[in-house]
Amino acid sequence: MSDIDFSKSLTPWQIVQVARTAGRPLIQDYISGMCSDFVELHGDRAFGDDRGMIGGFATIGGERVMLIGHQKGKNVEDNIKANFGMANPEGYRKAMRLMKLAEKFHLPVVALVDTPGAYPGLEAEARGQAEAIARNLTVMATLRTPYVIVVTGEGGSGGALGIAVGDVVLMLQYAVYSVISPEGCASILWRDGKKAPEAAAAMKITADSLLKLGIIDEILLEPAGAAHSDPKAMVKTVKAAVLKRVKELKALPGDELTARRYAKLRRMGSATLANG
Amino acid sequence: MAWFEMSAAPQARKPLEAMWAVCSSCKAHVPHEEWHAALRVCPRCNYHDRLSCRERIELVTDAGSFQELNGRITFADPLKFEDASGPYAAKAKGAVAKTGLNEAIVTGTAKIDSLAVVLGVMDFRFLGGSLGSGTGDRILLAAEEALRTRRPYIIFSASGGARMHEGIVSLMQMARTCAAIAKLQEAGLPYISVLTDPTTGGVSASYAMVGDINISEPRALVGFAGRRVIEQTIKQKLPDDFQTAEYVLEHGFIDHIVERKAMKAFLANTLRYAGVK
Repeated sequence: MSDIDFSKSLTPWQIVQVARTAGRPLIQDYISGMCSDFVELHGDRAFGDDRGMIGGFATIGGERVMLIGHQKGKNVEDNIKANFGMANPEGYRKAMRLMKLAEKFHLPVVALVDTPGAYPGLEAEARGQAEAIARNLTVMATLRTPYVIVVTGEGGSGGALGIAVGDVVLMLQYAVYSVISPEGCASILWRDGKKAPEAAAAMKITADSLLKLGIIDEILLEPAGAAHSDPKAMVKTVKAAVLKRVKELKALPGDELTARRYAKLRRMGSATLANG
Repeated sequence: MAWFEMSAAPQARKPLEAMWAVCSSCKAHVPHEEWHAALRVCPRCNYHDRLSCRERIELVTDAGSFQELNGRITFADPLKFEDASGPYAAKAKGAVAKTGLNEAIVTGTAKIDSLAVVLGVMDFRFLGGSLGSGTGDRILLAAEEALRTRRPYIIFSASGGARMHEGIVSLMQMARTCAAIAKLQEAGLPYISVLTDPTTGGVSASYAMVGDINISEPRALVGFAGRRVIEQTIKQKLPDDFQTAEYVLEHGFIDHIVERKAMKAFLANTLRYAGVK
C-alpha cells in the first residue's frame, strides 16, 4: 500500500490492494456519515441474524430508503463476528426480506457492496447458499421499487451480485468487481496463485474497464490518496451520488421501472443483444 | 475361430476403453453395450454418467419433436481474455470444433409425452458447461419464447459455474437468466429445473436453483462452492456424501431425485399437475 503512487495511474493489482486496505470506509462509516437516521432490522425470520450482511430503514438527505449491505469489521473481533464480510445464506435471506419490505413500503433500496464473496463453508452449503443467492436475483429483477447499488470496496462474485441487481450501479474509483478473486482465477487458469496480478489485469475488474463494458453506470472519484486517506470526503461523494439517483428513479412508475431494469439486464453482458 | 487359434488378435490390442466403459464414480468396468443399454447408468453404483445434450434431448422428448432455437448464437470474447494457456477465443473455437456445439447449452421447443415445452439442455463437454454470454443469451431468449407462447420451461443444467474467461460478463449472466426466469414466475408459467452432474457455482446460484420444481439425478454433484475451497476455509474434511443430490434433497433444496429411465414420465406427470395440456 505504502508504495502506491496515486499521482500515477494504478495497475489493476494495485487497485485490488487499495480496495482491500484497512481504513477504507465500510458500511458503518456510510451509515454514520450519510444517514440522519438508521433503524437496523435484524434477522431472516428462519435461521438467524447474519452480521456479515446488515440493513434497515435509513434517511439520507431527507430521503427515506432501505439500506442494505455487506459488513466487514473494523477490528479483528468485529471481523470475526461479521465473518470478514462473507455473508451466509441467512444474510442473503435477510436482505431479501428487507427488499420485499422496501417494495411494500415504497422505499427505494440502496445496496452497498463490499465482500470477498459469499461464505464458502459447510453450514453455508447445508443451508443453501446457492438457493439464497439465486432467489435474490429473481426478487431484485422484478422488485417494484428503485434499486441503487454502490460497489464501495470488493465486489466478490455471486456474494456481491446477491444484493447487486438493480437500476443503477455506481462504483468507487478504486473498488473492484469480479467473477472470482484474482488469486482464485490465477490458481485455476495459471495454476499458480502468485499470478494474481496477471489475472487481475486479464479479468478487467476495475471501474474504468467495467464502465466500458457497460456493467456499471458511473464511477465515483475518490479523494486524493484514495478513500481511506479521507473517509469523510468519500462518504460525502457517495451520499450526493446516491441521493441524485434515488430522486431520479423515484419519479418513475413501478411498471416503467421494472421494464427498464429488464431491458438493461437483457442488453448487459449479452453476446448478441447489444442493440436489442 | 476357437480361442486357442487366436494369436495376438488385433482386438486384444485394443485399448481397454474401447471395450469397457469405466464408471467415473466407482471405477467399475462395464461392457459398452450394457452401459449404453442402461442409458449410461452404472449397474453397480447407480452413478448417472454425463450425457451430451443430444443424448439427453433424445431421452426426454418425443421423437423428432425438438426444434432448436437460436442455434447460431455462439461465444463472445468481451475481455479479449488470455491466460497462461493462450487466448480464450482459441480455446472456445477448439470446443466448437470438438463438440460440434456453438455454446454450452442447446435450447429449443419440443414435446414431452405430447405436451409442448421450451427446453434447454446444457452440455458439460463445452468448456465444462460454463456460463458465458452466449449461454446466457440462449437461456434468456428461450425463456422469452416460453413467455411468448405460454409454454412451460425446462432446463437441464450441467455446469461447473461461471466462465472465468468472460470475467464479470459471465457473472452478469446469473442476473440476466434469473431476470428472464422471474418473468415466467410472474406470468404463472411452470419452470422445472433439472440439476444433473455437476451443477455448481454460478449456475447453482442462479437459474438452476429457482425452479418451481427442482429435481436431480442420483448421485449428481450439486453445490455452490468447490469442495477444496471449503476444506481450505474451514480446515476440516467434508463428509463423503457432501454436495450430492441426496445431500441437497435432505437439506430441502430439491424436490425429488429421479432415475434417468423415469425422467421423461416424471416430467410429463409434473407438467400435468402444473396444468399443462
